[in-house]
Amino acid sequence: MSGGAAAAAMVAGAAAGAAGAAVAGAAADAGRRDLLRLDGVCRHFGRLQAVQDVSFGMREGELRAVIGPNGAGKTTFFNLITGFVAPTAGDIWFDGANIGDESVVRRVRRGIVRTFQITEIFPDLTVYENTRVAVETAARLNGRAWLARARRREVAERVDELLVTVALADKAHRLVGELAHGDQRVVEIALALAMNPRLLLLDEPTAGMGDRETEHMVELVRRLHAEHGLSILFIEHDMGIVFGIAQRIMVLDQGRFLAEGTPGEISADEKVRAAYLGEAA
Amino acid sequence: MSAARRSLRVAGSAVFWLALLTLPLWLTHVGGYTALGTKILVYGIAALALNLLLGFTGGLSFGHAAWFGLGAYGAGMTLKYLAPSTPLAILVGTVVGGVAATLLGPLVMRRRGIYFAMITIAIGQLFYFIAVRWNNVTGGEDGLAGFERAPLHIGPWVYDIHHDAKYYYVVLACFAVAVVIMKLLLASPLGHTWVAIRENRRRLQFLGVRIDLYIWAAFAISGTLTALAGTLNALLFNFTSPQDLHWILSGNFVIMIVLGGMRKFWGPLIGVAIFVVAQDYLSSVTDNWMTAIGLLFVLIVLLFPKGLLGMLGRRGKEAA
Repeated sequence: MSGGAAAAAMVAGAAAGAAGAAVAGAAADAGRRDLLRLDGVCRHFGRLQAVQDVSFGMREGELRAVIGPNGAGKTTFFNLITGFVAPTAGDIWFDGANIGDESVVRRVRRGIVRTFQITEIFPDLTVYENTRVAVETAARLNGRAWLARARRREVAERVDELLVTVALADKAHRLVGELAHGDQRVVEIALALAMNPRLLLLDEPTAGMGDRETEHMVELVRRLHAEHGLSILFIEHDMGIVFGIAQRIMVLDQGRFLAEGTPGEISADEKVRAAYLGEAA
Repeated sequence: MSAARRSLRVAGSAVFWLALLTLPLWLTHVGGYTALGTKILVYGIAALALNLLLGFTGGLSFGHAAWFGLGAYGAGMTLKYLAPSTPLAILVGTVVGGVAATLLGPLVMRRRGIYFAMITIAIGQLFYFIAVRWNNVTGGEDGLAGFERAPLHIGPWVYDIHHDAKYYYVVLACFAVAVVIMKLLLASPLGHTWVAIRENRRRLQFLGVRIDLYIWAAFAISGTLTALAGTLNALLFNFTSPQDLHWILSGNFVIMIVLGGMRKFWGPLIGVAIFVVAQDYLSSVTDNWMTAIGLLFVLIVLLFPKGLLGMLGRRGKEAA
């Protein structure tokens, strides 16, 4: 029996127990209780098994980290959830609906929004203009050649609100391409937040950042979770951050689901220590 | 934007429009003639319109002469075969060019970079060869002549636009309308979407935007306004020829835009003014005037990669 299946059984059991009505192994049922649920999801590229038989559930309002050595399949795992690649087998459930076949756009509209490992922004526009495009997209206004004054004000207020949330209001009129790397990553988060996410996926939010920038980003992620109640799933290499803020951690290794649990459980897990933490230490 | 900057901007545009309004009065005193000013505005509409696509959406069209020429032939044929009405000629030409651009837009909207450019060239040349071969209707190589802009009837009032200065004001009015339309579009969510496509289309796609539809919209609107310029050009010379459909004209539009600066709204107009004046002056001196234009182009691209107007000020600094 694979580690993935064992972990899946454990998660399903926990979810069923919490709900008080146990129908063990009923995927659709568990899907309804979890915000996000994967059942036996696989993805291979040719003969390379990037993700193998991963199953897990994530509750609404969770702050969860995904860790694993390089090549563990973390980014493929994100691509599966967001629809950038389709699973070769298995089901993906979001808020009770099977979304495994849906396009990226459909999933964004459902509230599954991600940021990228490599910064993806609109460099020659200001912070304000970057955020405004996302706000207008979320409101499905892209095709509008004219906006009434009241509607324009709504857009402007939403942009201002987002810039306050991510603490970039003082840099609103700077060109994004001229900002420090750390601020550019924060702009990306503002773009994602503009889409009104129900599940925010952050792919290495602190990659390439200095200490101060990292601190700001960690603080932002923590605040989005604590104050805005966002469900957040993030990939991160810095174990200090992972064990510092994540409520739950899942570990991937060579495409397989290795373990899942609270930071305490993960740091005590022998398999994890062998496969990952030992190697890092 | 600070109050001082804003008032500077208002003053600047007041001077600009005042200069255009009084152009027939002063242009002759600085060595020009009114029809030259008219030509700058006509090409200005076309270049500003092409720049919606090139500078703001990021689509390099080398076929915009197609819409310019279709507008010109549409207007000329309306006057020649249909009715002696200037407004009708402008309307028909603009609609013909606009509809053609809208219908052919889907052929290019999913292409990028060089492929986008190649397909637009092909589309442009298609219309060029139709105009050359369809002799008995278009006049073939000799071009379409035998029509004349008709006086405007506004109520009981007749405005005889036969006179160059009077026709100038018709063109200026069309120019103003086109500018207002383009400014409003660029300030709208549609315009914001275009600029975002130019900046990072992948990112916009990931936000859930169907990029191709908005490129199509840019292509169609840009083509329609270019067709408007084409109608005005045919009426200016009471003549049009296959050269108005040729890819060389498409290329010239692109050169004008790059000369002036494609990231600025008014950049293309500066480029048009330089190009048209240089052409007018140099072509009276030498047949090889394009050599001089080419040299100028190389110099400007080397010295001011963002175009002449692009050098004047960088944005995004005022609030820093």
